[in-house]
Amino acid sequence: MTSTRCAACKYLRRRCASDCIFSPHFPSNNPQKFASVHRIYGASNIGKMLQQLPVHLRAKAADSLYYEAQRRIQDPVYGCVGIISRLHQEINTAKSELAKAQAEIAFFNAHAQAQGQPQFNLEAAAPSFNTFLPEQGSSAGHSSFGPSTWFY
Amino acid sequence: MGGNSPCASCKLLRRRCAKDCIFAPYFPSDDPHKFAIVHKVFGASNVSKMLQELPVDQRADAVSSLVYEANARMRDPVYGCVGAISYLQNQVSQLQMQLAVAQAEILCIQMQQVGAPAAAIQTPVQMDIMADDKSFYQLPNNLPQYLNFASSSNVIIHDSLKRESLFGHHDMVSS
Repeated sequence: MTSTRCAACKYLRRRCASDCIFSPHFPSNNPQKFASVHRIYGASNIGKMLQQLPVHLRAKAADSLYYEAQRRIQDPVYGCVGIISRLHQEINTAKSELAKAQAEIAFFNAHAQAQGQPQFNLEAAAPSFNTFLPEQGSSAGHSSFGPSTWFY
Repeated sequence: MGGNSPCASCKLLRRRCAKDCIFAPYFPSDDPHKFAIVHKVFGASNVSKMLQELPVDQRADAVSSLVYEANARMRDPVYGCVGAISYLQNQVSQLQMQLAVAQAEILCIQMQQVGAPAAAIQTPVQMDIMADDKSFYQLPNNLPQYLNFASSSNVIIHDSLKRESLFGHHDMVSS
């Protein structure tokens, strides 16, 4: 009977115990996963982080740590923060474009009203678009990870 | 640090702070929490290796991003920064959807101004899925759906010709 060590124990060249904390999340068929997280966080830190979590959350934590480790390996300076920064830029650009578009629509409606013409009604003109309209008051701007908290 | 005071890293690690200590420029002694949190998540040894592999002019930014990630992981031990990425990606998708609706509205108004619906489309509209390098955002498939933003992409309506503004024929100064 051959015992299969998990990827972590293989990497660390040790016996894989039956209650090994790594084995459910770092199977032997994906050695890269453990290699990546070990390179960035270290096996000891990974073990501690997983141990502090309820069992049902450890898989998600292991996967998110793997994701972050991969991003850090790809971008050693910014890691995941580079992605967050890019998303903030996208949000700012989209908000700016949206504001311009809404201003154009408002201008048209004001002009039409002044001329005594009917204002444009998207719902009447194209009912299918109504399904895309967000609820009023939905917050698209607030983020707890806004620019002011990027770099502490 | 040339002075008597060891940097925050060497204080925490209880060692002599050498003149060429790699941590000293980035972890001053007056902010012990900064190194403590990075050490807790990444470990001093790993941070040292990471900094050593970078040119000196990039190390400050690297430290800042490591501190950010460490803080995010402490705040959210399950998802860390990935939680923030997911949240922001949802915002991007919502805003782009709103933008697409607004742009469609403008096009309809333009068509209305021209007078005839179908025949008046002089500028064909293309809904382009601007596929960013999706591998950039991809997460493992076994993460919950709301974290799987590999499929979300920039959806922008392009005119094949530059879009005429509704303001185009109005002199905003003299009107």
